[in-house]
Amino acid sequence: MTPTPARTSNSRAPRGNATLTRIGFGIGGILLLVVVWELYKALGPATGVMIGDLTILPRTTDLAMPHVWDMIGRLFEDGGTGRNAVPVWLAVLRASVFSLGVAAVGWVVGVVVGLALAVLMQRFRTAESAVLPWIILSQTVPLIAIAPLVRRWGSQIEFGDFSWENWMSVAVIASYLAFFPVSIGALRGLNSPDTIHVELFRSYGIGWWKTLFTLRFPASVPYLLPALRLAAANAVIGTVVAEVSIGLRGGIGRMIIEYAQQASGDPAKTWAPIFGAVAIGLVAAGFIALLGVLLRRYRRGESPA
Amino acid sequence: MSEASVSSPEPQPAAPAAEVRDVEVPAVEVRGVDKIFTGKKKATVTALEEIELTVAPGEFVSLIGPSGCGKSTLLRLIADLDTPSTGTITVFGKTARQARIDQEYGIAFQQAGLLPWRTVTANIELPLELHGVGSAARKARSAELLALVGLSDFADNYPDQLSGGMQQRVAIARSLAESPRLLLMDEPFGALDEMTRERMQTELVRICAETGAAVVFVTHSIPEAVYLSNRVVVMSPRPGRIRDILTVSLGSASERGEQLRENEAFFENVSKVRELLHGEAPVGIRGVETR
Repeated sequence: MTPTPARTSNSRAPRGNATLTRIGFGIGGILLLVVVWELYKALGPATGVMIGDLTILPRTTDLAMPHVWDMIGRLFEDGGTGRNAVPVWLAVLRASVFSLGVAAVGWVVGVVVGLALAVLMQRFRTAESAVLPWIILSQTVPLIAIAPLVRRWGSQIEFGDFSWENWMSVAVIASYLAFFPVSIGALRGLNSPDTIHVELFRSYGIGWWKTLFTLRFPASVPYLLPALRLAAANAVIGTVVAEVSIGLRGGIGRMIIEYAQQASGDPAKTWAPIFGAVAIGLVAAGFIALLGVLLRRYRRGESPA
Repeated sequence: MSEASVSSPEPQPAAPAAEVRDVEVPAVEVRGVDKIFTGKKKATVTALEEIELTVAPGEFVSLIGPSGCGKSTLLRLIADLDTPSTGTITVFGKTARQARIDQEYGIAFQQAGLLPWRTVTANIELPLELHGVGSAARKARSAELLALVGLSDFADNYPDQLSGGMQQRVAIARSLAESPRLLLMDEPFGALDEMTRERMQTELVRICAETGAAVVFVTHSIPEAVYLSNRVVVMSPRPGRIRDILTVSLGSASERGEQLRENEAFFENVSKVRELLHGEAPVGIRGVETR
């Protein structure tokens, strides 16, 4: 057999030009949104577009739709007086870092719990029948309903120097949202190895645990990464919403409420924590993308023989 | 499917070693094996019935027959990937289960079944790694096997960078990794094109001659069975039975080369197998692929 020259593994990496093009389109997309916003604000009716009594496009007043440059400019002015006398961007940054930390704890707990459930369900068919309906049901319970429960139960936990704090309740709620996609995605991934691979390991006389780590986990990576990305998004949303329902200070969720209350006098300020929430989401997505790069070895497809 | 379901201690231990070493222990011995699958609503399918087969050490035996004749099932029983309903199977004097645990055989399937996240080298080293062989010994062995299957230049490539035939050669190298005395192959060339297939057959004959391993080879190609084998086991379907066993005398493995395919004796044997398969006088033109 004459060996065909092997493709080098880096031939998949996009060339410099392609990368620039992609960045260009990314920036273009953001600019397009800004242009559409400002165009509508300039040309749209001040009362908004209505069909009958139904508003389908918002009012274009400065109160409802501040100029983009006002929103950005507001970031660099002080947020208030006294304790709040720091630029808005700094306050938002601090709150974002705080929320991101809580979301990260929630994500990690959610991923661990989700993986554990998936492994349990993979191992025992009966566990899958017994547990899977509960996992799905768990996601139908409204977050607002469980937040006070978690807080109350948490406050009863106390041993030694450890005492339950509110941020832990928020992290628990974030993990409650995060574990779901992980358990479902990981279960699919763990069951994804071909029969031939499973039988090969059986022919090697390899036990279930070793098969789990050498075969099932590596094979599950392509299913796991999207699940982890969903979990990250869920953890961020869960954190922001739970901060509001539990009343945790210092995070972006509480800040959104506080600034919204000042909206009538300071409409541009309302948008600052929303930018913060977007930034948290981007950082979380970036982290998963990085994880995907580190695990790229496990994302190769075997071409059919 | 899970390992745990079979991890209960085997009640009967392997046959005493001293007793069986005196006479030549067959590589595979199948005695009175039936296999009945129970489907939905208690419907049963008899996949194998009264199978008797002995494979000597170093012997190349092909199982041939139409789809559904149970040839793959028989291979899976020998590999202990499934258990017979009645009868016994021994591999080098041990139970099939013990032989699997002791790694007495190497196995290759129709699909290469390489792990896509491992390089060619790492795929070949997989069984060694799983059984705790040190990295230096693994490296030496994989280099040796890569040379044997002619893929030394592709050691660090990933399976998706190889053609189907090359992947299959890696799979064969992997099945040889632990120098098994028995190779079980389930249509390993079934998915390859005719030219690659013939080249792989020639290589397999050479590899078998070099390693001296016994082979049980499932195929549905008559020329392939005749070209490779010392004996061809012809099976018939529903229920799967051995119709006849044909001894092919085309010389030892080292004497078999490409020119054998043009040989008169080769065609004669092809005709005989076809006769046995169809259970009647040979029809059609000799040497034509009838897969």
